[in-house]
Amino acid sequence: SGEMTLPPVKYGAVAAAVPPTNLPRGCRWSSASALSVKERIDHKRKTALCGGGQHRIDAQHKKGKLTARERVELLLDPESFVESDMFVEHRCSDFGMEQDGNKFPGDSVVTGRGRINGRLVYVFSQDFTVFGGSLSGAHAQKICKIMDQAMMVGAPVIGLNDSGGARIQEGVESLAGYADIFLRNVMASGVVPQISLIMGPCAGGAVYSPALTDFTFMVKDTSYLFITGPDVVKSVTNEDVTQEELGGAKTHTTVSGVAHHAFEDDVEALLNVREFFNFLPLSNQDAAPIRECHDRSDRLVHSLDTIVPFETTKAYDMLDIVHATVDESDFFEIMPNYAKNIVVGFARMNGRTVGIVGNQPKVASGCLDINSSVKGARFVRFCDAFNIPIITFVDVPGFLPGTAQEYGGIIRHGAKLLYAFAEATVPKITVITRKAYGGAYDVMSSKHLRGDVNYAWPTAEVAVMGAKGAVQIIFRGKENQAEAEAEYVEKFANPFPAALRGFVDDIIEPSTTRRRICRDLEVLASKKQLNPWKKHANIPL
Amino acid sequence: MAAHRLSPSLNRLLLAGKYASFWTRCCAVHGYAQYSTACSPNEKTFDKILIANRGEIACRVMKTCHKMGIQTVAVHSDVDASAVHVKMANEAVCVGPAPTSKSYLNMDAIMDAVRATGAQAVHPGYGFLSENKEFAKRLAAEGVAFIGPDTYALQAMGDKIESKLIAKAATVNTIPGYDGVVKTVEEAVKISQDIGYPVMIKASAGGGGKGMRIAWNDEETREGFRFSSQEAASSFGDDRLLIEKFIDNPRHIEIQVLADKHGNALWLNERECSIQRRNQKVVEEAPSTFLDAATRRAMGEQAVQLAKAVQYSSAGTVEFLVDSNKNFYFLEMNTRLQVEHPITECITGLDLVEQMIRVAKGYKLQHKQEDIPINGWAIESRVYAEDPYKSFGLPSIGRLSRYQEPLNLSNVRVDSGIQEGSDISIYYDPMISKLVTYGATRAEALASMEDALDNYVIRGVTHNISLLREIITHPRFISGDISTNFLPEVYPDGFKGHQLEADSRRELLAAAAALHITAQLRSQRRAPSVATRCPCVKVEVDGQWNLASPLLPLAINGTHRMLQFKVRVLSKLAAQLNSYMPEKVPEDTSSLLRSPMPGAVVTVSVKPGDSVAEGQEICVIEAMKMQNSLTAARQAKVKSVHCKPGETVGEGDLLVELE
Repeated sequence: SGEMTLPPVKYGAVAAAVPPTNLPRGCRWSSASALSVKERIDHKRKTALCGGGQHRIDAQHKKGKLTARERVELLLDPESFVESDMFVEHRCSDFGMEQDGNKFPGDSVVTGRGRINGRLVYVFSQDFTVFGGSLSGAHAQKICKIMDQAMMVGAPVIGLNDSGGARIQEGVESLAGYADIFLRNVMASGVVPQISLIMGPCAGGAVYSPALTDFTFMVKDTSYLFITGPDVVKSVTNEDVTQEELGGAKTHTTVSGVAHHAFEDDVEALLNVREFFNFLPLSNQDAAPIRECHDRSDRLVHSLDTIVPFETTKAYDMLDIVHATVDESDFFEIMPNYAKNIVVGFARMNGRTVGIVGNQPKVASGCLDINSSVKGARFVRFCDAFNIPIITFVDVPGFLPGTAQEYGGIIRHGAKLLYAFAEATVPKITVITRKAYGGAYDVMSSKHLRGDVNYAWPTAEVAVMGAKGAVQIIFRGKENQAEAEAEYVEKFANPFPAALRGFVDDIIEPSTTRRRICRDLEVLASKKQLNPWKKHANIPL
Repeated sequence: MAAHRLSPSLNRLLLAGKYASFWTRCCAVHGYAQYSTACSPNEKTFDKILIANRGEIACRVMKTCHKMGIQTVAVHSDVDASAVHVKMANEAVCVGPAPTSKSYLNMDAIMDAVRATGAQAVHPGYGFLSENKEFAKRLAAEGVAFIGPDTYALQAMGDKIESKLIAKAATVNTIPGYDGVVKTVEEAVKISQDIGYPVMIKASAGGGGKGMRIAWNDEETREGFRFSSQEAASSFGDDRLLIEKFIDNPRHIEIQVLADKHGNALWLNERECSIQRRNQKVVEEAPSTFLDAATRRAMGEQAVQLAKAVQYSSAGTVEFLVDSNKNFYFLEMNTRLQVEHPITECITGLDLVEQMIRVAKGYKLQHKQEDIPINGWAIESRVYAEDPYKSFGLPSIGRLSRYQEPLNLSNVRVDSGIQEGSDISIYYDPMISKLVTYGATRAEALASMEDALDNYVIRGVTHNISLLREIITHPRFISGDISTNFLPEVYPDGFKGHQLEADSRRELLAAAAALHITAQLRSQRRAPSVATRCPCVKVEVDGQWNLASPLLPLAINGTHRMLQFKVRVLSKLAAQLNSYMPEKVPEDTSSLLRSPMPGAVVTVSVKPGDSVAEGQEICVIEAMKMQNSLTAARQAKVKSVHCKPGETVGEGDLLVELE
């Protein structure tokens, strides 16, 4: 990583380029010169702590939102925050911006580093009380600075977004700032975890920074993400839509899949991000974190023996399996309300962070479609990038048929999940709980895609398709379809065909699943696997 | 040693069972249900018994069968295919789909199962076909023993009107009332007026509080008549009703009887069952604090007179209402094994199921009246999957994601038919288990019960443990000052949960804080350099901090307590900042009628555009065989109707929207 260089942001260069103001210089400094440097430092610090002033702070509170500093304080361990660039001010001199009243020490963002449960993290928190949190050149510079440091030392970056958008008075300066941040988001991608928490508006070009980070969380009712707001939408497409409908937390966590989770309010969101942070390694050089585990790794989970219903068409809740298997039923689900036919999220096994992927038979029979493939693929790639073992629970009847899916490019999107599983070199453990049909069987972390340990429950059926469909093809025109179906079920609707060929390593009692996985992970902790050298791979985007 | 006390080795076996496979566990639990009567190996009864029931009672019967060396056959509906009673049985037969009328009440299918498996006898448990004379007849016709009384007694006692006449003739005290079937609403009103309000309307074929309503005026009589006949029809397939004087503030005390086919009958003391909600028992105990030896004997002797009058054989129960002057009136006779039979077993040492099997085979009773002791005290709490905050318990459904019975404690017996992972469905009774504790004295039994309730882990469904705990620790209950009105009197505004006192609030907060800190410290442990300050608490909390265990044994200021937490602890800062957080406004519910529980829509009485008055019935939801009338919260016009009769609805589903 030492070879990688970013174009330096010229700190101060912009300020120097600003033409001198017409005000007599003495005007600005005469009052200040009366003060000692010490007093000026104290004054600036005090001003910085007040953001845009008390009445704007009150307005922020009235909206049910915390201030940028309150958020940082709540997110980080007490007294761990080390602020940087508190004295940075914007350098715009147009439209009266240069006046004293329009300068705020620190400008519209609070940046620095701190700790979450003792672990290092870099944070920026946009301050809506200063120019609506708008992004100035200085604002962007501050963010870039902490991101560069985070990359250098190998620590995650958490962005708390609450910004009206570009600082219009600064024009292209502001746009450049966005691009500087985007570039760093991209460079940091796969190096350190990046989390965006949207806690207010985030519109226009600004949305691409969260979009480039690993996880985007939102706060219900107070946060919005959109490229263009309702007014522009109305004027361009003549659609009537509210902010909430267009880009609220509900829209992005259920319809668009832009955001990964929504929380009730600021406090809830920040406390949850702390919990979430506990799952993550600090960088791609770090192993998945291990927490002291009070849940016995050899605990037998008897409830799993009865969870898969007798009728293969009957649904059950994959989350029940996940909750029963992982440590302390503690499962942080990612995108719980989007593409619900696949379940993804973080949990721990014997204290070690793992990524869980599972088909959800309760929703659309757990089939793979465009949205679930993309949701699964992105999650798998995150885990692979950050050394988090992947545990896959398979109950998949296949890919969803239909023109909507074909026209939408299910081939291209389904390939992403296939690609992600195939490329992943972290420990991969797969448990087939019931159906593993057709191409979807291959996709779901099968042995053939370098699955390290692949198990089947006694209820598993690994086959090209279900009995009915298969019989219609194999025994087309035959009289006794029912008998043929019975024969097919006898031959294929069980784990033996796969086990005979070594495509599953063992057929296990469901109650032993936890014990098995914990033991396997211990062994696989030292797994080393390398993909061939490449500049970068070419995932079918 | 008490009859049902665990031996140390058995206790170890139990613990081992936790970690071994399910079967070991099942056997361990089976071994645990010991009764003092050792079965006589020479006394041959049956080779194979079919249990025509499900859930805890099927398991309970099987335990004794296995103890007696009898093979068991389970019957089950398709949704019960992996139920505990099915796994416990030596053989199992599916008798139909989930609805009881198509499976557990499906006589044809059950008769087929009897034939197919060659069972020599059938134990019907309680409910379902247990008091169905038709079923008993059909078994008799095929030479299969019905483990229960003869059809004559079933018929005589199964009909409340006839039973009352017989009781009168046998000089048993009865309640004033109308001895006949009430046919129409208007007739019901007239009879009620004649008897004098309040009156009780109940299903002639009923039991267990189903099809039972109290009416204080003509209007309530009309409504009660309608509901009771519907409920009676759906629960028992018989909509005949009768009406009698309602005795206000009575106790419900019942006598267990046991009779053989040779004219011998015994009374096995009483069970106090006054703690009820909606005429269904919640907490029972044996003996009763209220009865003196003379009253007990008088009641017992009348019960035996009645049993003899109908040539009763097998175990049965004669229910009495007892007023404050210890006058007792015959209520009904239940010609089956009662739900609450374990408490009688605890204090008498008899295994009632074993006795029923012996009697069914034709053996004489082994005991004489003077052999029947009252040893110690037993209490039973019925643990239900229901929400105690809604009318002391509306059914709830779900999957038991975590389930742990307090069998690690001594003097505890749990009769259940479910396990971790079981589903509580809308099709069957929502009872999770019967938790029984025993002690040399009532105080001991109560202390054990409190402990057992604290140690009971149930997750995934709403349950009534909190209400049970409130009842058994209530001063009025402890003093024995109870009646069937206990719950409405003690909680006139409904049960609101345990009200913490300042001390216990402080203790609980301290424990929660300590738990939170433990979790925090664990999260920080991988960074040992982080300084952690000791929490400045004045309450001393000590314990084993296993964050994975649902049970947290703590010593709070030296007192040992078992805590179960679902806690959200905020730091001081978070709590301060929380005050800025907006109240999320709940939707206005006065115009929305939502289903208070999962169930099936029976009737919808309104259509869009109708005007409804406050309190007017909008629709009726049936859940677990109870019909619940949902009424308008205010006067309004119906905007839209979102349900139709026959539909299944979930808790919180929108049924009707008002304007």
